[in-house]
Amino acid sequence: MSSAPSTPPSVDKVDGFSRKSVRKARQKRSQSSSQFRSQGKPIELTPLPLLKDVPSSEQPELFLKKLQQCCVIFDFMDTLSDLKMKEYKRSTLNELVDYITISRGCLTEQTYPEVVRMVSCNIFRTLPPSDSNEFDPEEDEPTLEASWPHLQLVYEFFIRFLESQEFQPSIAKKYIDQKFVLQLLELFDSEDPRERDYLKTVLHRIYGKFLGLRAFIRKQINNIFLRFVYETEHFNGVAELLEILGSIINGFALPLKAEHKQFLVKVLIPLHTVRSLSLFHAQLAYCIVQFLEKDPSLTEPVIRGLMKFWPKTCSQKEVMFLGELEEILDVIEPSQFVKIQEPLFKQIAKCVSSPHFQVAERALYYWNNEYIMSLIEENSNVILPIMFSSLYRISKEHWNPAIVALVYNVLKAFMEMNSTMFDELTATYKSDRQRIWLY
Amino acid sequence: MAGAAGPGTGPGAARGDGDDSLYPIAVLIDELRNEDVQLRLNSIKKLSTIALALGVERTRTELLPFLTDTIYDEDEVLLALAEQLGNFTGLVGGPDFAHCLLPPLESLATVEETVVRDKAVESLRQISQEHTPVALEAHFVPLVKRLASGDWFTSRTSACGLFSVCYPRASNAVKAEIRQHFRSLCSDDTPMVRRAAASKLGEFAKVLELDSVKSEIVPLFTNLASDEQDSVRLLAVEACVSIAQLLSQDDLEALVMPTLRQAAEDKSWRVRYMVADKFSELQKAVGPKITLNDLIPAFQNLLKDCEAEVRAAAAHKVKELCENLPTEGRETIIMNQILPFIKELVSDTNQHVKSALASVIMGLSTILGKENTIEHLLPLFLAQLKDECPEVRLNIISNLDCVNEVIGIRQLSQSLLPAIVELAEDAKWRVRLAIIEYMPLLAGQLGVEFFDEKLNSLCMAWLVDHVYAIREAATSNLMKLVQKFGTEWAQNTIVPKVLVMANDPNYLHRMTTLFCINALSEACGQEITTKQMLPIVLKMAGDQVANVRFNVAKSLQKIGPILDTDALQEEVKPVLQKLGQDEDMDVKYFAQEAISAVAQRLTKLDFPVKDNEEPSAPGADKNHFLRPRGPGEDTGKFVPLMSRHTESERLGWFPRRQ
Repeated sequence: MSSAPSTPPSVDKVDGFSRKSVRKARQKRSQSSSQFRSQGKPIELTPLPLLKDVPSSEQPELFLKKLQQCCVIFDFMDTLSDLKMKEYKRSTLNELVDYITISRGCLTEQTYPEVVRMVSCNIFRTLPPSDSNEFDPEEDEPTLEASWPHLQLVYEFFIRFLESQEFQPSIAKKYIDQKFVLQLLELFDSEDPRERDYLKTVLHRIYGKFLGLRAFIRKQINNIFLRFVYETEHFNGVAELLEILGSIINGFALPLKAEHKQFLVKVLIPLHTVRSLSLFHAQLAYCIVQFLEKDPSLTEPVIRGLMKFWPKTCSQKEVMFLGELEEILDVIEPSQFVKIQEPLFKQIAKCVSSPHFQVAERALYYWNNEYIMSLIEENSNVILPIMFSSLYRISKEHWNPAIVALVYNVLKAFMEMNSTMFDELTATYKSDRQRIWLY
Repeated sequence: MAGAAGPGTGPGAARGDGDDSLYPIAVLIDELRNEDVQLRLNSIKKLSTIALALGVERTRTELLPFLTDTIYDEDEVLLALAEQLGNFTGLVGGPDFAHCLLPPLESLATVEETVVRDKAVESLRQISQEHTPVALEAHFVPLVKRLASGDWFTSRTSACGLFSVCYPRASNAVKAEIRQHFRSLCSDDTPMVRRAAASKLGEFAKVLELDSVKSEIVPLFTNLASDEQDSVRLLAVEACVSIAQLLSQDDLEALVMPTLRQAAEDKSWRVRYMVADKFSELQKAVGPKITLNDLIPAFQNLLKDCEAEVRAAAAHKVKELCENLPTEGRETIIMNQILPFIKELVSDTNQHVKSALASVIMGLSTILGKENTIEHLLPLFLAQLKDECPEVRLNIISNLDCVNEVIGIRQLSQSLLPAIVELAEDAKWRVRLAIIEYMPLLAGQLGVEFFDEKLNSLCMAWLVDHVYAIREAATSNLMKLVQKFGTEWAQNTIVPKVLVMANDPNYLHRMTTLFCINALSEACGQEITTKQMLPIVLKMAGDQVANVRFNVAKSLQKIGPILDTDALQEEVKPVLQKLGQDEDMDVKYFAQEAISAVAQRLTKLDFPVKDNEEPSAPGADKNHFLRPRGPGEDTGKFVPLMSRHTESERLGWFPRRQ
């Protein structure tokens, strides 16, 4: 015990988290499922000297020993057990993080399997049942991971390992294989947003460094999304995975492979149907726009897809769709715009006359967008007839004065664009109305 | 707005020959292309009518090809289409032509939306039975093979559900091919497909020859049960039930048990949960010997699993497990191998676990008999009756009848009472509601004396609960009690207390009197109703709150059939007539309803009913029940009264006028 680490590395950040997670976990449910089935007795680790206190020739071996020690898992649900050993492992992990960041030549070939083993032992675990079936990520507080004080350092260490200048993917690929990636992807379902954030970085680095795993990673993400859309509607890490995909799409080579197009049409577009869209919509819209910037010819299938899944009862989602559509229109090529303007503006005409003022307002904001305005102007002979009757009607009938004011501006813009047509349409509209009255 | 999609864009082919009999299909096709989903949906739902009109030949040559082409529509329309086609065999000319239905269903079986796909598979399964063996091999089996080797996961998923329906009637060579296809789907690299295959594994095993089960299904089962995804592994547990039923004990031990043992200790709680959830089925499938050797120890582990979900699922199965043990030696097994674990669960940290146990534990008393129950189970029951979670206590109380048969409820009554009283006063009205529902049962088992002494006051207190649902339940509870204890008891204990409330300053309580009378009059009979209840009702006709007055009218209508004609003529009629002239529209309406009901009974006595006294129900009154009558928008007669009521009264349940 005498040689117990006397100078714990700075850990303020970690402590800030730990207290909260323990308190949280006590109220809630175990986050360390299935790992402590037969551990009743206290855990004893023999304290090792600090790496900096031994001659550099002995450091590699000590490093391996420390990695092995860190494979021991503690039960953080029991806040009283093994306190000393938990603290020892924490400071050891901290030391390892520093060591791998600073030291040169520490990544020998033997260390790779040990590093991966230590990381696997710590992070791979069956996630516990969600607190309730009705867990609503927007409303409910997430259950935080009780073992975060250790887990965070393990993630931190793993990221430093992957980012180390000495890191050699050709050696690591023996250990960081498909099975490893699969288990990593399962962890994205973790309820703890801090963990998902680390996972995002880890997966991004792995995707970047291991060319051989790229297709596999994309395919598995595909499977996760398809299951999410068509089977469970439950997966906590969708936003994080989409964020990674956003940067992956950015790097796709042109022309796009059929696989990537299929991913866009058969996976990303159906993701819009999910109830919890608001949790990942920003990332999803980003991915879609990335695709369209790569290959404008995809605009038509994308917009038709959005039309197909246009929300019918959920106004909140409708506002999100309108937002995404504007992002798409911001980058649309005029030649593509012509192809989809009819179905598109039929939908916009419906939105503009929505009794929900936020929907109507969001749609009317399009007319503040200069680029969209220029597109409308170029095609006013097609768009004006589609929009006219809706606009004219709500200018008289909408309950919300702000909407009426916006509609007047839009009508005025149309009048300036194409006054002949505007007058014709006004006349037709009025005579139609009259005919209805007469009838 | 929709210039392009108007009529006239229907296919020229249907119209071109100027044949009038094709008009229906032209209309249908036009409607199928209509912009309005609802119209498209309607026309799809009328598909059989249209097909009937067209005749079998045209249905085959024109309608089906058209439908096959339209498969890009909204999922709602596709779902309706998939369902319709399952019943279409007759409309295309019977079994000889059933294969005509395959192309559209094949496309539907490949769409993304799960409900549509599942419905298409269901219809295909239905149609497969209508194929002749020759047609099955010529048309259906190739379809299954095409789906099974489709590019996108959806078609392969759909294929999984079709193997078992075509296998039994196929020739040996084709059978081998079918098995081959199923095998490859079980190791598909898309987990969605493996899940579909795993969920159909049991079904497929049942139609296979025993040799193939052993040589092919078992290895597939073993593989799926050790899949890298827990969502696949847990489905293998389900398949295990079916497979185990097919094998002899020796084969079972050698081929299936190692995998099942492994599943019971899987690292994923979802798989262990599945084992717990399917425990009774597994127990029956493997038979008593293996149950004793393997399942009981596995069950013990599940009962002390680290995940509450698993423990709760296992706790639910305790009674069934014990019931299904062989009678010989059952008691010893339960006492030595199950009960110690149950005792632990009684003080589990998770309320779902405790409540799951409480819902079945009473059932053990019949199995274990009187002595064991008193010695071992009773302390557990008593502990659970004191549990902090109301659901646990309720579950015990709701199953008291099991114990009553074995040891008599008296053993429990000392602990029962505080538990009941506490539940009766629980802050959550749903808990109070639940305990009320058990009152008649408890009353029957505890006997009238005990009831009068301890529980009667509770039942009366519920009548003035501030939640309407509780008052309503309390009212019907009284009726059930009277049915149990008889009219004399009612007259002495219940009726006087109910009638006193007619003078309560709170109009809600006064209304409760009326509701009680409605409920009790029939059970109490003519004498009590006429002598004790009627005068009170009549007196309340002069109440200053309109709600009370029109409930008087409703009550009079309700108790009318029980009264004799004299009482009706002399007492009820004048009061109703007076209410019929009330200034309040609602009171008038209900009074007139009541008058006409009473009049029907009195027609022989020439009860003078003028035409204008019929419930003429003017337009406004037609919607009577729909008119919201919240305190906020009332006509004013409420206002002075409402202001007298406490805040909780107003905020409490005020759903409708009675």
